[in-house]
Amino acid sequence: MSTLSLRHLSKSYGHLRIVKDLELEVESGEFISLLGPSGCGKTTTLQMIAGFVPPSSGSVFLEGQDITHRVPEKRDMGLVFQSYALFPHMTVSQNISFGLEMRKMQRSQIRDHIDEALQMVRLSGLGDRYPNQLSGGQRQRVAIARVLAIRPRVLLLDEPMSNLDAKLRGEMHVELRALQRRLGITTILVTHDQIEAMTMSDRIAVMAHGEIAELGTPRDVYDRPASEFVYRFLGHANVIEGEISSTNGNSAIVRVGSVALPVDVDESVGSKLKLCIRPERLQMSRPDEGNIRARVVTRLFLGGVWFYELDSDVGSLRVTTPNTGADQPEEGSTVGVTWNRQDMQAVAPETANV
Amino acid sequence: MSDAVNDQRGRAPLFLSLPAILLFTGLLAIPLVLTLTLSFHVFDGMKGIQPALTFNHYLKVFTDGYYYELFLRTAGMSLCVTAICVLIGVPETLIMSRMRPAWRGTFFVVILGPLLVSVVVRTLGWEILFGRRGPINDALVSLHLVDGPLRLMFSMTGIVIVLVHVLLPFMIIAVWGAVQKLDKRIAYAARSLGASPEKVFFRITLPQLMPGLLSGAIVVFTLSASAFATPAIIGGRRVKVVTTAIYDEFLHSMNWPLGATIAVLLLIGIVCIVVGSNRFVERRFKQVFS
Repeated sequence: MSTLSLRHLSKSYGHLRIVKDLELEVESGEFISLLGPSGCGKTTTLQMIAGFVPPSSGSVFLEGQDITHRVPEKRDMGLVFQSYALFPHMTVSQNISFGLEMRKMQRSQIRDHIDEALQMVRLSGLGDRYPNQLSGGQRQRVAIARVLAIRPRVLLLDEPMSNLDAKLRGEMHVELRALQRRLGITTILVTHDQIEAMTMSDRIAVMAHGEIAELGTPRDVYDRPASEFVYRFLGHANVIEGEISSTNGNSAIVRVGSVALPVDVDESVGSKLKLCIRPERLQMSRPDEGNIRARVVTRLFLGGVWFYELDSDVGSLRVTTPNTGADQPEEGSTVGVTWNRQDMQAVAPETANV
Repeated sequence: MSDAVNDQRGRAPLFLSLPAILLFTGLLAIPLVLTLTLSFHVFDGMKGIQPALTFNHYLKVFTDGYYYELFLRTAGMSLCVTAICVLIGVPETLIMSRMRPAWRGTFFVVILGPLLVSVVVRTLGWEILFGRRGPINDALVSLHLVDGPLRLMFSMTGIVIVLVHVLLPFMIIAVWGAVQKLDKRIAYAARSLGASPEKVFFRITLPQLMPGLLSGAIVVFTLSASAFATPAIIGGRRVKVVTTAIYDEFLHSMNWPLGATIAVLLLIGIVCIVVGSNRFVERRFKQVFS
């Protein structure tokens, strides 16, 4: 049985439909991310789970119980916000103690829980500080300790890392993920940061226009996205438009301008389609080799990788190639471009429902 | 060399603040010093103010139960006005912060209204409302809420009502600043940690409003302790407070030194309360809000 399930969950403000008929099953101990651009309804969904926004229709089930109309304080969920939302007039210890006091816990037990929570987020000794005497990273840890202390049934994270600098964010990703695994706490993360979603999640739900566009493991949604939107939203994508000129079983020849590309696709002759391929799945070779020819327009050195922009027979292509120390093609030179056939995927064209 | 530069720099601020210094010296410092010296002069009922100095006026105020009662009554009145302003002002500010901007603007004008009306006009207006046959008593009697008309004119109740009316804006403005800094997600976090809306208000929201509330309370307290026109008109000769007593000493008994003594003591009392509360606010909230 799943810990949390959202059934036909919808939210509208007047004619504006923010969340549309959302279905999601979250397994016990699972870390799931709602990933999407701003305005896709991910935060509204989280607010409905937490109980601060009443759904227009549909229901929320927690461990088999319908909690759609339960008040927030009776839901046993821990919330961590981007702004941390620490109580400014309380010390770190008092912040952590608050949730425990609300649970009518004994004084002596509260002390132990506070110490344990502080230890978990490696802030032991800072219990007597006030929030504005802490750095951003420390405040974030207090916010996490405060919700973990109450052992919530579900942990809800609303863009919790957005206010941290890049390096600290990376460290917190790893740390938070390890902590979540160790405690086995069911977690839902709302974010627009794909790296954050990918490093921490068991599954990612990519959201667009109030709907889940794609749900799967980070690797699934990155490697085999079903739509052009997901392809473009997660990482970079080269999109090539073409038309099928002939078919042979499960494979087809797609014409793009003057070039014919063999693709694994099950469509009829004459249908137009979009082909997507990731920049790192393209390789550059000698001009006389490869599937197509291209000219190097831009070359950027990014340290770990080289970034190329090519002008090819099928249009502009982006290529990234690892910096192995070997010499790479110069700007203005002509190269061949190769790829594995299964890396080029036909996707459903972007739907225009808003 | 550097001394010369410093010298030049040292004089400029002095010159620039000279007008203000002269203004404050002439209109504040000198009258205060004069009042202070006046309070030590001997007063003779027949011959008026004498050049000889004495401490007798202070002794009289400190030993006479009449003055004791006067100061207590004034302090009680100010505390009462302050408490009512807190009880009305804090919820009112919170409600206004949730209004739509158009309504909020309207209500701000309504609340600031009393400050835009001359104190005499406003107070005389209240006098009409407060009369034995005034609209308030008429309404209360015809609704059978009271048996006979209440005495609102020439009563402490009346003074407190009118002072609350005019001083409430100061409380609301002070609390408004603190309300603007509230983050609703902090309340959300408290709810999800298991606190009911009432607990969130008393343990999370109200403490965050405390700095604004306390500074508003200081302003309201000092302004009601030093209010003159309202107690003079509404209280009349029946309800005397410190300010009206000072007025009477100066203009009716003509005992200027005694009036000056009471005025000096009122000033000292107010300054002590303001400085004391400020110290408290700073010590209590220094690390918390910056």
